[in-house]
Formats: sequence, C-alpha cells, structure tokens
Amino acid sequence: MAVRREEERTTVDRYPGRVRVNHWITAISLILLALSGAALFHPALFFLSSLFGGGANTRALHPWLGVVLLASFAVLFVQMVRHNFWRKVDTQWMRHIGDVMSGHEENLPEIGKYNGAQKIVFWLMTLLILVLFATGIMIWYEYFGDSFTIEQQRFGHIIHALAAVAMLLVVIVHIYAGFYVRGTMAAMTEGKVTGGWAFRHHRLWLRHEAREGVIDERQAPPRRPNIGPAE
Amino acid sequence: MAGLQSQDFARISATNFRPPDVRHDFEVAKLIDVSKCIGCKACQAACLEWNNLREEVGFNTGSYDNPHDLTPNTWTLMRFTEWENPQSGNLEWLIRKDGCMHCADPGCLKACPSPGAIVQYNNGIVDFVSENCIGCGYCVKGCPFNIPRISQADHKAYKCTLCSDRVSVGQAPACAKACPTGAIVFGTKQAMLTYAQTRITDLKSRGFENAGIYDPPGVGGTHVMYVLHHADQPQLYAGLPQNPRISQVVELWKGLTKYAGMAAVGFAAAFAFVHGIVARRNDVSRAEDREAEHLIDEEAARGRQT
Repeated sequence: MAVRREEERTTVDRYPGRVRVNHWITAISLILLALSGAALFHPALFFLSSLFGGGANTRALHPWLGVVLLASFAVLFVQMVRHNFWRKVDTQWMRHIGDVMSGHEENLPEIGKYNGAQKIVFWLMTLLILVLFATGIMIWYEYFGDSFTIEQQRFGHIIHALAAVAMLLVVIVHIYAGFYVRGTMAAMTEGKVTGGWAFRHHRLWLRHEAREGVIDERQAPPRRPNIGPAE
Repeated sequence: MAGLQSQDFARISATNFRPPDVRHDFEVAKLIDVSKCIGCKACQAACLEWNNLREEVGFNTGSYDNPHDLTPNTWTLMRFTEWENPQSGNLEWLIRKDGCMHCADPGCLKACPSPGAIVQYNNGIVDFVSENCIGCGYCVKGCPFNIPRISQADHKAYKCTLCSDRVSVGQAPACAKACPTGAIVFGTKQAMLTYAQTRITDLKSRGFENAGIYDPPGVGGTHVMYVLHHADQPQLYAGLPQNPRISQVVELWKGLTKYAGMAAVGFAAAFAFVHGIVARRNDVSRAEDREAEHLIDEEAARGRQT
C-alpha cells in the first residue's frame, strides 16, 4: 500500500495481487453460480444449462461452484473485514445517498477505505453467502438427501431461492457502482486508483495512505507545471 | 420410461404451454381394494419383473415389509400394519400397496425444473421421462406422498409408471394382472369409481360402516385409488395422509417466488442500466486531481513530522 508519484500521474495502491486474484475467483464463481442457479430456478432460463453441458451437469456442478465461492469469499472476508466495521461517519454518509446517486459527492463527509454502502454490500454478501451455503447443503440431494427431512428440504429450497434473489440484487448494486463511479474498476484490475479518485471518494483513506509515506518515482523535472499548486 | 404417447400430454414439467389435445383419452385409474388384499406381494414381484428391476437382498427387522421402503428399484411396496380395533377388539392386519398415486395435480411435476422430465398424459398417468431427468430431487420435495426415489447409480428419479408402456397398448398394469384375489383392478376412472361403490356397499353390509374410497380432493383426485375399510382413518394404513396437498412451501417456492424473483432481478438490472446511461457521470474532475496533490503533500509532510 502506497501513494506513488509517477511520471504522468499520482496513484494510490488499493488492492495487492493476492486480493485481486481472490476477488476474481469469487466474482467468476458467483457469475457461474448465478447462471447455473437461474437455469434451475425458472423454466424460461433452463436453456442456460446448456452452458454447463446440460441439466444433469448443471445440477452436479452448481453446488461445487458454491464450495469454491465459499472458500474464496472466506479468504476475501479475512482480507477485507478490518476496513468494514461500521463507523459513525458511515451513518452520516448513508443519509446523503441521494447526493451519491445524483453525483454530488461534494456534500458527503470524508470517509475511509470504504463508504457505508460498500460496507453494507460487504456484510450483506457475507450473510447471504452463509445462508446460501447452509441451505445449499440442505438441498444438495446427491450427498445430503438423507440428512434432512423432506419438510426441512422444502424450507431449504425457498430460503435458498429468496437469498439468491437478494444476492443478485446486491451483486447488481456492486457491479453497477464499479461502472458508474469512474475509475473504480482499475482498483480491481490494476490494483491502484488515481490520486484524484481517492481524494473524491475516500479522502480519509488517502490522508492515511499519504501519511504512511509517498514513493516518488518521477524522473527530473520533478513536477509537471499543470499538476497541483507549488508547496 | 420414455414419453410413449408423444401427442397425448396433458402437462409437461417446466413448460408453460399446454400441448394441444390431439387425441382424447379416457382417464384411467387403478383401484386397490385393501379389504381384498392378502399380502402375497405378487404385485411387487410382477412390478420388478415387468420393469426388469432387481432389489438387493435385505434383512429382517420383524416386519413383513420387504424392502423396508420404496427404492429406485421398488416402485410398489406392500406395507403391513397390525392394528387393534378398539371398537371390536379384533386385531386387524391392514396391508396397503404403496406407490405413486398419479395425482391429477402432481406436486412432483410442479416442482420439477427440467422441461419434459415429468409429464402427465391425457389418461391421467404421471410419468418420469428419464432422458430429461437431471437428478435434482425436486420431485421428492414436491410429492405429498413421499414416493419418488433418486438412484445413486444413474442419478435419475424413479417411481411407478402405472405401466404406461402397457397401458398405451391396451394392457392393464403388471401388478393388476398378477393380483390373485382381484384386489387390484384397472379401468377407466369412472368405471373404477362405480365399481368401488359396489365394494363399499358390500363392506358396509358386513359391518365396516366407515368403508369408503380414497380419492383425495386436495390433489385433484388420484389415478390410483384405494377402497379402505376405515376410510375415516386413512393414516392407520401405514401413514396414508388424511388430506394430502402439495406443500404450501413448495407452492410458494414454485409460484410467487419464481415470478417475483425474476421480476426483481430484471427490474434492478434494467434500472441500473438506464441510470447508468442517464445519470450525471460520476467522474473525477481536474480540480480534484490537483487538490489531491495538495493533500498528499500536506499529509506526507505531517507523516514525516511524527
């Protein structure tokens, strides 16, 4: 983690490679789970099962993808949880959610690595993945068909379906935010964001990172005249 | 079983359209007269034989039930109950041939996510089409009678077909053909209802005043019916449900949840897309880039001091 002054711009390290790899394992398994789950959820989407080699393969694969998701998310949870505890400023920030949606971020309080909505997404995903995994075990007929009564499995099915719908809604918010807030995607593709992005969206975090130290990778001359006021 | 009567489907699992009625079939039914059954298991043997199935050699736990439950190979099973009638003081041996009831409103078909894996023919037979079955076990949860079994060998669901292959060529089911006492009869549903009445009249005349037919309306009636000497207490017969219905949880899961879930996700995705192209773009301004530089200088200096 560091703020770097490079030739062209200033960047702030946001995610090291190990977090990015893990994030994309989680993301891909989640997308595959959504596609295979949707095939089994609604007849109109059953055609998606052909992506996985037919209905029987979809049925066999879906729970294993869930195991992959649980494992990779568990690591992601450990990597991210310390930045996701709720603070007072998050409540203030959430009161201004209308300003966020309309792009008036100048009205928002300064926040750390994650804002209130990001923290809510984090905790909702944690909760929903646990619910989906627990109910998924209940309805994993091949291995656990005898471990639960039929009535328990019925409840497992409906809770699994409702939690999956909730999960998709959370994922839509998450992906949407990544696109809508320009410059965010680089955090998960290149691992770093621009100084301006950090200033605009996570100013407290930028302050903290800058205080830790700035790495100057510029060659002489030290600064292009159009960047920033002189010291 | 494969879908033998390809034009004669009344319902197809995970399929919204109702197939056109090319031929008009009679509704058929199997009537099992429990009062005539002697528990010989000829029906069980005939079922294994006709469908070319083998059951593993089991073990004795002090009951005549053999095997102890329906299995992917045992599609019909004699269930033996010893009951002391409190009114007469008699010990009654209640023997019920268990198996698929072929509901008019089949819970298995409603729960099935795979198009065409479960079909209902116009004649009322509910059949599993193995080539479309994906082995998910949803039918097990849909069934109000706990009938379908999933094979661990090929991961497909199995149950009584009502010998749909025999019926389609004008034969009675194998069990009905094998029954030595005529306890199992097969014909049109109407004929079976009429015949059942004569049996009920006979039973009542012999002191079974609660004799009656078991054709539960909660599942729209069934195409396998029982004549019971104690029709007021069907649960005496190895737990035959008093008023079977498709579970409300299954109805909710396969009804409202299915449509509301699709709608919620669809609307959210559409809203996100529209907002994404309409809303003011949330981008970093040049001023913010400059302010960031200033802030970094400030904080870095502060960091060096401490």
